Amino acid sequence: MEPIPAPSIDLVSLAPVLVLTVFGIMVLVTDLFIGKNKSALVFISLTGLLMAAISSLAKYDLPVYSFNGAYIVDHLSVFFTFIFCISSALAILVSIDFNQREGIKVGEYYSLILFCTVGMVLLASSTDMIMIFLGIEIVSICLYVLAGIRRNDPKSNEAALKYFLLGAFATGFLLYGMALIYGTTGSTKLTIIAEMIREGSVRSEPLMLMGVVLLIIGFGFKVASVPFHMWAPDVYQGAPTPVTAFMAVGPKAATLAAFFRVFAETMPEISPSWGILLYILSVLSMFIGNLGAIMQTNIKRLLAFSSVAHVGYLLIAIIAKNSLGSASLMFYMLAYAFMIFGAFGIVILIGRKGDENLEIENYSGLAYKHPILALSMTIFLLSLGGLPPLAGFVAKFYIFSAALKEGFVVLVILAVLNSAISFYYYLKVVVYMYMKEPIKEFNITLSPMTLFVVAIALFGTLHLGIFPGPIIALAQY
Amino acid sequence: MIDNTIEFLEPYTYLIIGSIKALVIAGALMGVVPGLVWLERRLMGRFQVRLGPNRVGPFGLGQPISDSIKLLFKESIIQSSADKFLFHLAPAIVVFTSIVAFAVIPFGEPITIFGQKIGLLVADVNIGLLFVFAISGMGIYGIVLAGFSSNNKYSLMGGLRSSAQMISYELTLGLAAVSVIAITGSLSLTDMVKGQEVIPNILIQPLAFLLFFTAGVAETNRAPFDLPEAEQELVAGFHTEYSGMKFAMFFMGEYINMVTMSALITLLFLGGWNAYGLPLWPILAFAGKVAVLLCVFIWLRSTYPRIRYDRLMTFGWKFLLPLSLFNLLVTSVFVVL
Amino acid sequence: MELLIFYPLAGLCVIFALGVVFNKNPIGSAMSLIAMMLGLAGIFVLQQAHFIAILQIIIYAGAIMVLFMFVIMLLNLKGDDAVWKKREKNTLLTVLTGLLIAGVLYKVLEITSAGEFDSPAHVLETFGTVREVGTILFTEFVLPFEVASILLLVAMIGAVVLAKSKVD
Repeated sequence: MEPIPAPSIDLVSLAPVLVLTVFGIMVLVTDLFIGKNKSALVFISLTGLLMAAISSLAKYDLPVYSFNGAYIVDHLSVFFTFIFCISSALAILVSIDFNQREGIKVGEYYSLILFCTVGMVLLASSTDMIMIFLGIEIVSICLYVLAGIRRNDPKSNEAALKYFLLGAFATGFLLYGMALIYGTTGSTKLTIIAEMIREGSVRSEPLMLMGVVLLIIGFGFKVASVPFHMWAPDVYQGAPTPVTAFMAVGPKAATLAAFFRVFAETMPEISPSWGILLYILSVLSMFIGNLGAIMQTNIKRLLAFSSVAHVGYLLIAIIAKNSLGSASLMFYMLAYAFMIFGAFGIVILIGRKGDENLEIENYSGLAYKHPILALSMTIFLLSLGGLPPLAGFVAKFYIFSAALKEGFVVLVILAVLNSAISFYYYLKVVVYMYMKEPIKEFNITLSPMTLFVVAIALFGTLHLGIFPGPIIALAQY
Repeated sequence: MIDNTIEFLEPYTYLIIGSIKALVIAGALMGVVPGLVWLERRLMGRFQVRLGPNRVGPFGLGQPISDSIKLLFKESIIQSSADKFLFHLAPAIVVFTSIVAFAVIPFGEPITIFGQKIGLLVADVNIGLLFVFAISGMGIYGIVLAGFSSNNKYSLMGGLRSSAQMISYELTLGLAAVSVIAITGSLSLTDMVKGQEVIPNILIQPLAFLLFFTAGVAETNRAPFDLPEAEQELVAGFHTEYSGMKFAMFFMGEYINMVTMSALITLLFLGGWNAYGLPLWPILAFAGKVAVLLCVFIWLRSTYPRIRYDRLMTFGWKFLLPLSLFNLLVTSVFVVL
Repeated sequence: MELLIFYPLAGLCVIFALGVVFNKNPIGSAMSLIAMMLGLAGIFVLQQAHFIAILQIIIYAGAIMVLFMFVIMLLNLKGDDAVWKKREKNTLLTVLTGLLIAGVLYKVLEITSAGEFDSPAHVLETFGTVREVGTILFTEFVLPFEVASILLLVAMIGAVVLAKSKVD
């Protein structure tokens, strides 16, 4: 019996994944021995993220395909790996004080964040539908658990359960879509599928189109675009605040990267069929996200709806399906990471044990007591809205120009209109902070780590806004 | 006329021979059950320094027959709160799966009758071992459903216990078998026997044998792992509410499973029908080994006390499973080298 | 001959699949699902994929569904109509969804009936053997195979975190 030929394994391409997995396991094992004080875990996790980010640069001459075309290291994946490492690191930093305050003493928390990052890196680098599915599942399962990690809190449980049930349901759609596409093309590899579509034999195959629709539903659920966004506000509200920030950035970015790969890179030839669907999804997400946010009184729900609206903007990059689209997607997610972590960092600072101080009213008069915090919050919110010269503006500008280049004028006009709407609720918070009397005494402990994160985020938001050049150059490459 | 018939049947010989073999083996399996019951009662009697059944016929050999008649004619009672359909289905599943699992068990070299080569098994599947595991895995449902449909707390507990126990020990069973597979390089039971022509696997894989045997006892719900029917705590476990023939069917299932498990151990570890120099027909060598193993099963029952449920689970998960993983690891290293 | 086996099997699969949906009793649904899995395994056998068929039985019917039964029994779910009655009926939505799916099915039927049935594809002798499946799993799909283990690890950690008895 002759032995089975050894597969070609490219461990260098896989380096970030391996590093993160090893560190994730290391965190788990260390947790066994260190007892109550978890700061060693934080240190290990951060080291792991740093090393993963460095190791992602190991490959030159991009793009490199490996594992029979199931895995790719290209510009998009490396850039996104950096975004994931940054966002996970910020999430861990912002959790330190929060976890102490809320009494979350679970060591697995940090390893779950690392494993979630593994899933994200895989998701952004896969060119095989099986890999995309596995990546999405790793990310989702980590998030289900992280959302429910406050086991004594019914809201956290509710968030986890809702997220889990709807997420599992969405996965079904995703898998079914993949199965149909596999059925028509006979391959799960995106490169081969792209080839088949280019040849044109499967372009008008109805099963293929049905698969595409199901994929859109699946991905739509995972990125929380309208009409599949119903879980977002409840889950964002119920999950612990650092987890909310975490899941608003990393996983969303990863799913969008896969979304971009599957649609814009693999099947641009049949874009008339999926383009119109994404068009509708995008416009609906912007309008419903923004209009929904106006009615919210809870800051976390407000940010949840605003993230739905942001997904609407981000979908425009996929619709544009050009290289500028992918570059703008990268830049936007980086900018978004800073803005979101900044905003949530301040939400964490203002909040108190057990979900207190999360209403917008609680921000009344913040400017009198803590002018710098109020100013930072204002900057983050205005940046989310897209006010020049902040990062959010530049990001939106690039996405819109990518779309204009492809001639989507109406879409861009609608998006700009929506940006204008969004200022209403962002400014509402600012108005509360600057123009209302405090309803009660602020009792804020300025925990150093959270402040540190806010400072980084502030720097990022301003820097990306004022000097976007180098990063844009990196993203466009 | 006869020629015509033969001509007509020619293309279907395979089918016909298969059906005949299936019928013969199923019949033999069911026929062996009363004998086993008698054997168990006699042996238990000896082990416990008493006589055992000895009134009906010589050596009490008539006892199983009279028992069967009694069970057949006994009124079958179903309590009104039971789920009727599942209540009837459960024993059927148990017996059905236990008989079907035997389909892939070979008990000798293929023989030639009337120019037809006939393998001494119902279906020669090249993944025979997995088939046995798959089908015996389905047997769990019989017990679970019996426990559930009886609508009785003791039955439910018995059903739950049995499913937990069988799932847990199936892992060890499978992993122990995998180390044998690694040595043989095939999942076919016939190939495994061929691989043991010189030395039986028990000498190469003593640890795997012990693990497989232990897990096998647990899989067949025999003492000391007969927790699902622990009479001191659960009345009679999942079959508390059963009576008459349906009650007997559970026993049939259990005994047939015992035979299957003994046959499997023989094939995997004891060299199957290889007689190793003893002047025995292959089929007798096989039957002899199975008979010895059956006696060991009975011996275990009368020697060891039942272990506690939580200890059973701990034993399975924290001792047997790591040990079988370790064994598999060592075996694979040796195979690769 | 193959069709003679295929149609009854496929028909049983469909019937049991419907049974999963329409059964009021959760245990009944679970049993239908198991029966459906077995039917599916039969169809796999018909496609010469014996190994996949056995895996289908061992994993789905044997392992996963036992856990389903476990949960149903532990929660002691009986045919509970109360849960279903709470949901308000939305006739319009039901009808619309039904129409949509009927349309999709009609389209699928149209495509499949328009296509000509080819003679069964010629498969290699080794097709569907353990060796073949293993070779593909460990060469072409080695990365997904290994990544799946990370997924399982994560799921296990998650389950332990959420379910461990000591809340801290």
